[in-house]
Amino acid sequence: MIPGFGLSLGITVLMLSVLILIPLVSVLLYSLKLSPAQFARLLTNENVLFAFATSITCSLIAALINCFFGIILAWVLVRYDFPGKRILDGVIELPFCLPTAVAGITLSKLYSDSGWVGGLFSRVGVKISYTHIGLVLALIFIGIPFVVRAIVPVLENLDPQLEEAAYALGASSRITFFKIILSELRPALLTGFALAFARGVGEYGSVIYISGNSAKDHTQVISYVIMQKLNYMDYASATAIALVLLLISFGILFFINVIQIRQSRRTNFR
Amino acid sequence: MDNTTQRGSSLVKGILITISILFVGIMLILPMVYVISSALSKGFSFYFRSLTTEYVVSALLLTLLATLVAVGVNTFFGIMASWALTRFQFKGKQVLATLIDIPFSISPVIAGLSYIMTFGRMGWAAPLMDWINRTFHTDFQVVFALPGVLLATIFVTFPFISREVIPVLNSEGCDEEEAAALMGAGGFTIFRKITFPKMKWALIYGMILCGARALGEFGAVSALSKTRGRTFTLPLEIDALYMSGDSDSIVSAFSVSSILVILAIIVLILRNIFEYREKRSGRKAG
Amino acid sequence: MYVELKDINKKYGSFYASKDVNLSIEKGKLVAFLGPSGSGKTTILRMIAGLENPTSGSIYIDGQRVDHLAPSKRGIGFMFQSYALFRYMTVYDNIAFGLRVKKVPEDQIRTRVEELIRLTNLEGVEHRYPNQISGGQRQRVAFARAIAPNPSLLLLDEPFAAVDAKVRQELRSWLREMIYRLGITSIFVTHDQDEAVEVADQIVVVNRGRVEQIGTPSDIYGGPKTQFVAEFVGQSLPIHDFYRLRGYEGQKNRYSGAIVRPEFVEVFRPDNPTFKDLVPVADEAVIEKISFRGDHLELLVDVKGIKLTVSRALERRPVSVGDSMLAVVYRLYAFDRDSIVLLNNTNLQDYEAIA
Repeated sequence: MIPGFGLSLGITVLMLSVLILIPLVSVLLYSLKLSPAQFARLLTNENVLFAFATSITCSLIAALINCFFGIILAWVLVRYDFPGKRILDGVIELPFCLPTAVAGITLSKLYSDSGWVGGLFSRVGVKISYTHIGLVLALIFIGIPFVVRAIVPVLENLDPQLEEAAYALGASSRITFFKIILSELRPALLTGFALAFARGVGEYGSVIYISGNSAKDHTQVISYVIMQKLNYMDYASATAIALVLLLISFGILFFINVIQIRQSRRTNFR
Repeated sequence: MDNTTQRGSSLVKGILITISILFVGIMLILPMVYVISSALSKGFSFYFRSLTTEYVVSALLLTLLATLVAVGVNTFFGIMASWALTRFQFKGKQVLATLIDIPFSISPVIAGLSYIMTFGRMGWAAPLMDWINRTFHTDFQVVFALPGVLLATIFVTFPFISREVIPVLNSEGCDEEEAAALMGAGGFTIFRKITFPKMKWALIYGMILCGARALGEFGAVSALSKTRGRTFTLPLEIDALYMSGDSDSIVSAFSVSSILVILAIIVLILRNIFEYREKRSGRKAG
Repeated sequence: MYVELKDINKKYGSFYASKDVNLSIEKGKLVAFLGPSGSGKTTILRMIAGLENPTSGSIYIDGQRVDHLAPSKRGIGFMFQSYALFRYMTVYDNIAFGLRVKKVPEDQIRTRVEELIRLTNLEGVEHRYPNQISGGQRQRVAFARAIAPNPSLLLLDEPFAAVDAKVRQELRSWLREMIYRLGITSIFVTHDQDEAVEVADQIVVVNRGRVEQIGTPSDIYGGPKTQFVAEFVGQSLPIHDFYRLRGYEGQKNRYSGAIVRPEFVEVFRPDNPTFKDLVPVADEAVIEKISFRGDHLELLVDVKGIKLTVSRALERRPVSVGDSMLAVVYRLYAFDRDSIVLLNNTNLQDYEAIA
C-alpha cells in the first residue's frame, strides 16, 4: 500500500475546511438568524429581484452565444491549419489570465460612445456600454475560454472512423456534423455552457464598469448588489442574497457532475 | 483520412476561420491593444510617472506578496490533495473533489463576504480574536487588513493547482508507486522519485495559472480591503484611479493595467510552452 | 470480374502505400486481404471504398469506373475495425442511419431494419445503446448497419480484431455463413493467416504495398509463389544452409535459402520400428525446447546446427529436452531471389509409400 494516506487526506480536509468551508458556513449560520419573513422581505426587494433577473438572463444569453462561437473556435483550432493558429490558440485563454478589473475598465471604455468600437455603434444609435448589451459582451469575454476548453479535447479524441462511417453510408457533411459530431460534443458543450454560466452569474470585476450599475435601467448585477449592501453594512441583506447565489452555484455544480457521470456511463464501453 | 477531413469545402473552412479570427480579434485582442494605446496616450513620461506613485508601488508590492503566498499555500494544498485523491480509494472521494472545486463556481464577492461573516465584527470568530488580542496585547485583524487580502487571494485560487495535477496523475495510474512501496520505499521517496516527475509540468502550469489569477483578483479582495496605499492591490488601485473620474487618473488606470496586460501575455506564452512540454513528456511516457 | 483494380498506386509524399496493384475479384466470392501490419492491405480496402483516393490507376465495380465517386455512390458497405457505432443512437437508429440519409420512406426503413435485426439475432436489444450490448452484438450491429442499404460489395476492415479470442471463433463462422446466405461479394482485411485460410474463398497476400500472390487458401498454402508468402503463411523462418541436410546436398549453389514447414519434417527415436527404413537417410537431431500447444507438442530440434520446428502428436512416446532423435525432412521450399520451388528429398525417391 502506498503510504501517506492519513497525512495527505488530513491536510487536504483541514485546509479545505479552514479556508473554504468554514467561512462559507459562516454565511449560512448568519443567514439562519434571519426569520423566514425577514428573509423573504430582503429578497423580494425590487432592486434585488431585478439584479437576479439581470445576472441570470445576461449570463444565459452570453453562455449561449459562447456555445455558438465556442464550437466554431474549437473546430477551427482542431481541424484546420493556418498561419497564426498557435497565436489564436493562446489568446483564447486571455480572459483566464487578464485581471477582471482590467477587462472591465477596458471593455467599458472601448464600447463607450467615445471608444473605438462604441463610437462606431453610437453613430447608428446603438449604445453598448452602460446597457444590457455591454453587460452581455463582458460576459461573453469572460466565458469564452470555458466553452472552448471543454470542447477541444473531445474533438481531438473523436474517432475519425465515426465520420468515415457516416460518410460511407452517404451522409452529407452537414448531416454528419449535426447528427454525429454534435451529439458526441453535447456533454462537453453542456459542461462548458454551465461553467461559463456559473462564472457569469457571480461575475463582478469585468461587468461592474460596463454595466453602469443603474437601478433604474436594471443594469445592476447581483454581485454588485451584494457589494453595495456590504458597503452599507447591511449584512442581513448581503448574506440573504449571497445564500441564494450560493444555491444557484451549487445547483450548477451539481448539474455539471451529473452530466459527467452520465457521460462516462454512456461512453464507457467496458 | 484525407477524404473526410478535406471533404468539407474550402468555402466553409474559409468562413469558419474568418469568424474565428474576427471574434478573437475584436473580443480579445482589440481590448489589449486599447489598454496599451490608452496607457501611452499622454506620452511616455506620464506613463512612467503614473507607475511610480506611492500608491501604485505599495499596491504592486502587496500584489506580489499576495500572489507569492497564494501560490505557495495552494501548491502545498494541490500536492496534498492530488496525492490523497489519486493514490487512494475512499468513501466520499467524489464529494471531496467537488468541494475543492467550489471556489471556481462561486462569486468572488461571496468569498469576501464569507470572511467578513467569519472574522468581521458580526462574525462568530470575532470574540475569539478579541480574546487573543487582549491576552497577547496584539492588534491582529483579518478584515480590512493584510491577512484578509491574503486569505481572499488564497480562496479564489484555491483549486487551480490540484485541478491541473489530478487529471495528469489519474491518467498515469499508480502502478509505479505501488511497485516502489512493495520494494519498501517510504512516502517521501516515492513522491520525490516517482510522483513528482510525473506531475512536474502540470504543477508548474497550475502554479502559473494560480499566479495569474492571484495577481488579478478583484471582487474578493475588494470586499476585504478599504485602505488605499495600505491594503490595496493593483486591481483595487486601478479601480480607485478609474473611479476618480478625471481624465489623468483614467489614463493612469490604463497605465497600471498595462503592467497586468503584459504579465497576462507572458503567462499565455509560458502556458503555451509548458502545455507543449507536458504534451511531449506525456507522449514519451505513453 | 466484379471488382477490378488496375495499376493502382498510392503515394504519401515519397512513400508508396500501394504500388502497381492489379487484382480482380469474382462476384459472390469472400476474399481476404492478408498481410502483416503496415503492409498496405487496409489502404487498398479504403481505396475500393472511396475513403482514400489512389494517386493513379482505376477501380471498377460491376463494370463501372468508380474511383471518382463518393463511397455512398459505389454501392458498398463498410465495416470498420472499431465498428464506429454511433454511441448516441440506439441499435435501431444505427442500422437505420444509412437509409435515413438516403431519404427512404420511414415504413420501408422499419421493414428493412426489422428484417436485419431478425437476421442478425438482435431481437430485444434494438432500443439499447451500443455500450449496453456485448462485443459480439456490437459486431453484428456494425454488420447490419453496413448491409442495410443493400450494398453489392461488403468491405470489412479487421472484422475480428475488436473481440476477444473466445468470441472470435464463433463470429468467424457466423460471418461466413451470413455472407453466403446473403450472397454478397465481400472483402475483409486480416493479419491472421489462420483467419484468412479458414474464412476466405480467395486470399490476396499483400506485402509492402504490393500484391504478392492471389489464390485459393490451398493454392497459397501449398504453392507459395514468393519467399514472403512461404514465410508468412507457414509462419516459418528461412534457413540458408539447408544443403547440409541429408537429401539436399546437391542444391548448394542453386538456391539462396529454404523454408521448412513443421509438417515437412519427421522426428523419431532411433528404435522406432515404424521408421526403420528411414534410419539410413536420417540426420541426428537433439530436442532443444518443447512447447505445449493444446492438441499437440511443438518441438524445436537442432539438426547439425539448423533449428527446425516440428509438431508432434500427444499420443506418441513422451520426449524430453536433450533427447537424441533422428530427423528426416521430406521436402522443403527452396528459393532464390525471384523464384520458389518445392524440392523433394533425393534420398526418398524410392520410398514412395512415405512420400
